[in-house]
Amino acid sequence: MKKQINLTVNGKAYSHEVEARLLLVHYLRDELRLTGTHVGCDTSSCGSCTILMDGLAVKCCTLLAVQADGANITTIEGLADNDSLHPLQEGFREEHGLQCGFCTPGMIMTAADLLSTNSDPSEQEIRHALEGNFCRCTGYHNIVKSIQYAANKINNKEVAS
Amino acid sequence: MTKMIGKSVKRVEDKRFITGKGQYTDDIILPNMTYAQFVRSPYAHAKVLGVDTSEALAHPGVVAVYTGADFAEINGVPCGWQVDFKNGDTMKEPKHPLIVVDKARHAGDAVAIVIAESREAARDAADLVDVDYEELEAVVDPKKAAEEGAPLVHDDVPNNICFDWELGNPKEEVDAAIAAASHVTTLEFANQRVAPNAIEPRSYIGDYDSTNDKYTLYTSTQNPHLIRLLMCAFVLGIPEHKVRIVSKDVGGGFGSKIFHYTEEALVTYISKQLGRPVKWTAERSEAFLTDAHGRDHVSKAEMGFDAEGKITGLRIKTYASMGGYLSTFAPAVPTYLHGTLLQGVYTTPKIHIDVVATFTHTSAVDAYRGAGRPEATYLLERLMDTAALEMEMDPAELRFKNFIPAFNGIDEPGYATNVALQYDSGNYAPVLERALEMTGYKDFRKEQAEARANGKLLGIGFSTYIEACGIAPSAVVGALGARAGLFEVSQVRVHPTGKVSVFTGAHSHGQGHETTFAQVVADKFGIPMEDVDIVHGDSDTVAFGMGTYGSRSLAVGGSALVKSIEKIIDKGTKIAAHKLEAAEEDLEFAEGKWTVKGTDKSIGFADISLTAYVPHDYPAGLEPGLDFSSFYDPANFTYPFGAHIAIVEVDKDTGKVSLKRFIAVDDVGNVINPMIVDGQIHGGVVQGIGQALLEHAFYDEDGQLVTGSYMDYAMPRADDVPMIETDRTTTPCPHNPLGVKGAGEAGAIGSTPAVVNAVMDALAPYGIKNLSMPLTSESVWRAMKG
Repeated sequence: MKKQINLTVNGKAYSHEVEARLLLVHYLRDELRLTGTHVGCDTSSCGSCTILMDGLAVKCCTLLAVQADGANITTIEGLADNDSLHPLQEGFREEHGLQCGFCTPGMIMTAADLLSTNSDPSEQEIRHALEGNFCRCTGYHNIVKSIQYAANKINNKEVAS
Repeated sequence: MTKMIGKSVKRVEDKRFITGKGQYTDDIILPNMTYAQFVRSPYAHAKVLGVDTSEALAHPGVVAVYTGADFAEINGVPCGWQVDFKNGDTMKEPKHPLIVVDKARHAGDAVAIVIAESREAARDAADLVDVDYEELEAVVDPKKAAEEGAPLVHDDVPNNICFDWELGNPKEEVDAAIAAASHVTTLEFANQRVAPNAIEPRSYIGDYDSTNDKYTLYTSTQNPHLIRLLMCAFVLGIPEHKVRIVSKDVGGGFGSKIFHYTEEALVTYISKQLGRPVKWTAERSEAFLTDAHGRDHVSKAEMGFDAEGKITGLRIKTYASMGGYLSTFAPAVPTYLHGTLLQGVYTTPKIHIDVVATFTHTSAVDAYRGAGRPEATYLLERLMDTAALEMEMDPAELRFKNFIPAFNGIDEPGYATNVALQYDSGNYAPVLERALEMTGYKDFRKEQAEARANGKLLGIGFSTYIEACGIAPSAVVGALGARAGLFEVSQVRVHPTGKVSVFTGAHSHGQGHETTFAQVVADKFGIPMEDVDIVHGDSDTVAFGMGTYGSRSLAVGGSALVKSIEKIIDKGTKIAAHKLEAAEEDLEFAEGKWTVKGTDKSIGFADISLTAYVPHDYPAGLEPGLDFSSFYDPANFTYPFGAHIAIVEVDKDTGKVSLKRFIAVDDVGNVINPMIVDGQIHGGVVQGIGQALLEHAFYDEDGQLVTGSYMDYAMPRADDVPMIETDRTTTPCPHNPLGVKGAGEAGAIGSTPAVVNAVMDALAPYGIKNLSMPLTSESVWRAMKG
């Protein structure tokens, strides 16, 4: 059974007929070829597939594409414009917040949600916010520092403007 | 040009990963591609009486269904190491078929493979394959597997024993040393099975091109060339030059992606049968059931001491699980990567280890971050802290008393151990001194006493480890049973304009070679890093390689790189001498140019490279071009070491262990990029903490993997761990050109016993000396309740 969906992904409008059971992550990866959103598990536990849906971090491996009908979605590819970097992307590079890179998009999207509601989180608040995201490479140490870097950058900017 | 070696340069590979532009195998969709789904045994041990594929074949979108019978003529997946029995009998090496024919030997063993037009159709059809099983009794414990009457994994392997093995001083000398000791500490425990859990699941695409009779395998491997060799020569019997292996971006490995897996050969083979690409990507639950696991040892460890606390002898008996089939490196792990490390950093005069390797009805067990060395370190370091407690000595003092004195490997040949190795260089006391200083150890004991007085359970644990890295000298490992050399290969191509492409046989799946290797090249040539590209993970562009594992990339691959760099500089010197009309010996190469000593006459790197490709005015008899390859076979392993200290608090009411601090002082020799080395230590330490406190790939007695998903298998999350406090000392490796030792596994090797020792220290008021990992709230709470 196919259903029509209309949605916005990274600022661009899309309209597709999709199988009712198609997962949103497969829609993004296979149909739109936005492969920065990854699949690391089958139980919504690892967070590699985290995207922003209407501004909130969600794990799109357990959402159906039809549930995103009418939604406004941001994936890692759409976090910053063109060749620029979002402060979080910059933070992850500056603080060595990634090694293999597989969990990184999900980490960054989760952190983007955190910083949108709490622009100056403590270390414990950051660690708590990352509870739904596994990283097997970094031991989280530099991921925490990357998010602190981004928070500092965002806050300074706010102060400056 | 400033020095690039030793600088925390930001990683050049990061841009594509932080913008979602990495290319992992599952990101690839080829035209006309099909999808594979496996039908896997729900039983750990079962006869396969029949497989009915008719309904699956009739399902819309299904292209083909294969069962074991379709591959009966094809060889199984080979093992890369042969460790023979003590009596000289050959290691038992039963066939590891691509799909089982007669019997499933672990839960998840493949019984059929469905190929369909879509992922969904393949999955639907797999449910329609009807398999008739007769369930049989299973054995999952490596020690029980060897008992009389245990169910057999392979009918032709008596008592499930793959091999037995021993190493060290004559057993009777060790028995005598322990019998004569004034104190003997004895511990019996399991080093539990854990799942490596790279966050990227294994993914493969086979793509046969009939026009050119050429196969391409896209694979999430740590080891592209070895996969090609094993698959071509030992499994499928296809010509090696007709196979290209591509493993560009790989999402973590930790050992689990070293090995040649059946699924790689299947997608390659079936792609030719169907004339279409075939993709398979593991689901996480499938990864739990089919990725090679780590550890799974059951050991008895005894350490003898004299009245002053000097170690007099060490006796170990270990049962090591191989799982249901032999994986690529499996026999090497409990033997040459474990028994050989039992000298540790101590002067122990008599050591003996006995290993029995058994098959069990479980997933294969093979190298996982540290591979044998964490198990050895766990034995030694748990013994040390327990002995200190029993002898009422300070655990740090006990270590200082027993450390091997410093040696640099230059003024003397190194340190010959009682277990076959010769350490390259070491200086063990300073790492512990520094770790104690960072901990504030003197004050800690006071703090602990106060905490205890206030009813709080605070504990400190130590671990002073050594490991063998830079795997490995080919002749040495060949004598020990390795069926391949373990050298590394580099090709350095200087383009006419002075830009450089490096082709390395090492493989990065998170280690940052694109940065570290480029730093080495930029530093040695005196050119900007932007002028250097590092290419890996494609057997059509990289001549050969042995891949990345065993903390070998820089020590072996980096040394191969330096060899090629030196050849380029030598040839450049010949060209420069001609151009500058000077003798070669009058030239010096520095800062990217050749200069006639004592003059301002010089010629730059790009001028020389251009001359090499436009050789109009050129030394007579010299070949054009500036492009060299090198094979580097190391003279010895490298031996990083360090001291780790954990501080924990145990909640009296719930048994919950909180890790308050973790201090890691490591010596990995010279460091190219401190930021990357710190990152490796952080990650390794947290994996080791995971084993100590959370992780267990637990099979019940029926052989069901109870912790087979992320809902059930506990891995460290961000709020389970503190910031990791790191520092380093530097004892260069004396036998490789960069003086590097390797940093990939150190964290995972040192941390586990430090954490467990800390919990035991916290629980000392309860008289608890030994608990099985993982130290979950439940197990600690139960122990406190007695």
